[in-house]
Amino acid sequence: MRAVQTERLKETVRRIYHNVASYRQKMQNAGLVPNDIQSIDDLSKLPFTLKTDLRDNYPFGMFTVPMSEIVRIHASSGTTGKPTVVGYTRKDLNSWSEVVTRSLCMAGVHREDIVQVAYGYGLFTGGLGLHYGCENLGASVIPISGGNTEKQLQLMEDFGTTVLACTPSYSLFLAEELEAKGIKKENLKLRVGIFGAEPWTENMRKEIEAKLGIKAIDIYGLSEIIGPGVSCECEHQAGMHIMEDHFVPEIIDPETLQPLPAGEIGELVFTTITKEGIPLIRYRTRDLTRLNYEKCACGRTLVRMEKCKGRSDDMLIIRGVNVFPSQIESVLLEMSETAPHYLLIVEREGNLDTLKLMVEVQEQFFSDEIKVLEALRKKITHKIQSTLGISVDVKLVEPKTIERTAGKAKRVIDNRKL
Amino acid sequence: MIIKQLTVFLENKTGRLNEVSQLLGNAGINMSAMSLADTSEFGILRMMVSEPEKALSILKDAEFSARLTDVVCLNSPNEPGALARALDILSGEGVFIEYLYAYSMDNRSANIVLKPDNIQKCIEVLQSHKLELVKASDMYKI
Repeated sequence: MRAVQTERLKETVRRIYHNVASYRQKMQNAGLVPNDIQSIDDLSKLPFTLKTDLRDNYPFGMFTVPMSEIVRIHASSGTTGKPTVVGYTRKDLNSWSEVVTRSLCMAGVHREDIVQVAYGYGLFTGGLGLHYGCENLGASVIPISGGNTEKQLQLMEDFGTTVLACTPSYSLFLAEELEAKGIKKENLKLRVGIFGAEPWTENMRKEIEAKLGIKAIDIYGLSEIIGPGVSCECEHQAGMHIMEDHFVPEIIDPETLQPLPAGEIGELVFTTITKEGIPLIRYRTRDLTRLNYEKCACGRTLVRMEKCKGRSDDMLIIRGVNVFPSQIESVLLEMSETAPHYLLIVEREGNLDTLKLMVEVQEQFFSDEIKVLEALRKKITHKIQSTLGISVDVKLVEPKTIERTAGKAKRVIDNRKL
Repeated sequence: MIIKQLTVFLENKTGRLNEVSQLLGNAGINMSAMSLADTSEFGILRMMVSEPEKALSILKDAEFSARLTDVVCLNSPNEPGALARALDILSGEGVFIEYLYAYSMDNRSANIVLKPDNIQKCIEVLQSHKLELVKASDMYKI
């Protein structure tokens, strides 16, 4: 593995150095040329890549091939309105299908299976990522995409779906709807769930497995690295095997940025070593986790990562959507010259995440007329919904209601037990 | 003729109204009229007080969202049909009332606090119909 990684890393560094001006500058600032990287052990010498680098080079500035070589573009929601854009060459799409296929195999999915892909299809990598991996495996794909719960249930029953791929919270929602419609799990053929795109707990896993009578498998990925399939659990459900012949993981201390010894919890960093469209060196995922290099009970030696334990930035994942408090702030700023104090409260009610926003009514917002305040509340609600794509319950509160610590207001309370 | 109304934003929770009245009471400010408009989540307290500017700064110092709002106060005979006559005149002249509250001090007359959409026009209409408006200075004396 190390030999393969070394060879591929050297090639990737050369490719980026000669094609991406901003990263070449970073290397030069660190006094590095591609020849300084002679082994995978030299990885930690290289500068990091951040999400802001992708934004600064929006949309295609980090691509290392001409657009004629790019056959697919995906994008994820950005923090300030600009999405994070990634491009795939034909070879990249093949690698992606390959890692998703491997993920499915590890989860025990095979060509006889009927896979209902209920991740969103489109710019989001979830739907199409799973889709091509399933086709590559030879399974039968139902490309139903997200939502349309009635149809999901109908096809699940009529087509005899054996594998469900969606967010874990949506799977629980589907389970409740099945119950409500009186469809028993014994009448379904479901046996495996491929769940990802949002954080979930071991308790949720138990609940999903009990309600749907399936094995619930955790899959991990992010569009910057490739999409779903960066890592996935095997049938032993003892950590997600990272496809390290494509993506080399490191764990760093998010404060000192120094690599941490194996087994320590820190920020997960990935270097892609096979990608052509937009290879990234030492990309900081902001996800906190730890790595386990021991051989798995399944026999695989691919390093395993634990479920992510949190973030090293303030990003929240709510119903599969990435939410930064700064997005809320910019919406509020659009409505008055100074942003009011606000507090985001995330709860899990039943199995769905809910977002509440408390906004302090300071002078710039205040009116003596009820209808003006009601209109303001509706406007904030609507704006945030259209910016984030998720619904929010806005509550107007008195000034100084929101707790301040050391003069700085707390922005987020996450009451979900994750 | 314009009167400064003290307006305060209140969340629907116990004790907030007490706090406002205590703060003003301790400062020797008298409240001559008030109305509380409520929704399911918050309320707006509107008051006639003896010293609006002072009351405002006291509430602001106590971190309340408060402001002064321009309103007019109509003094009307305390008798059946008097309010209807006044409102007929206003609506006949196209003056829209955002909200109002009224109180009577004795058997002879009642004060009606009005927040019209166009305050200048409202004053002109009422005066041209010889209706009696309460002067701000008189209002603050109550």
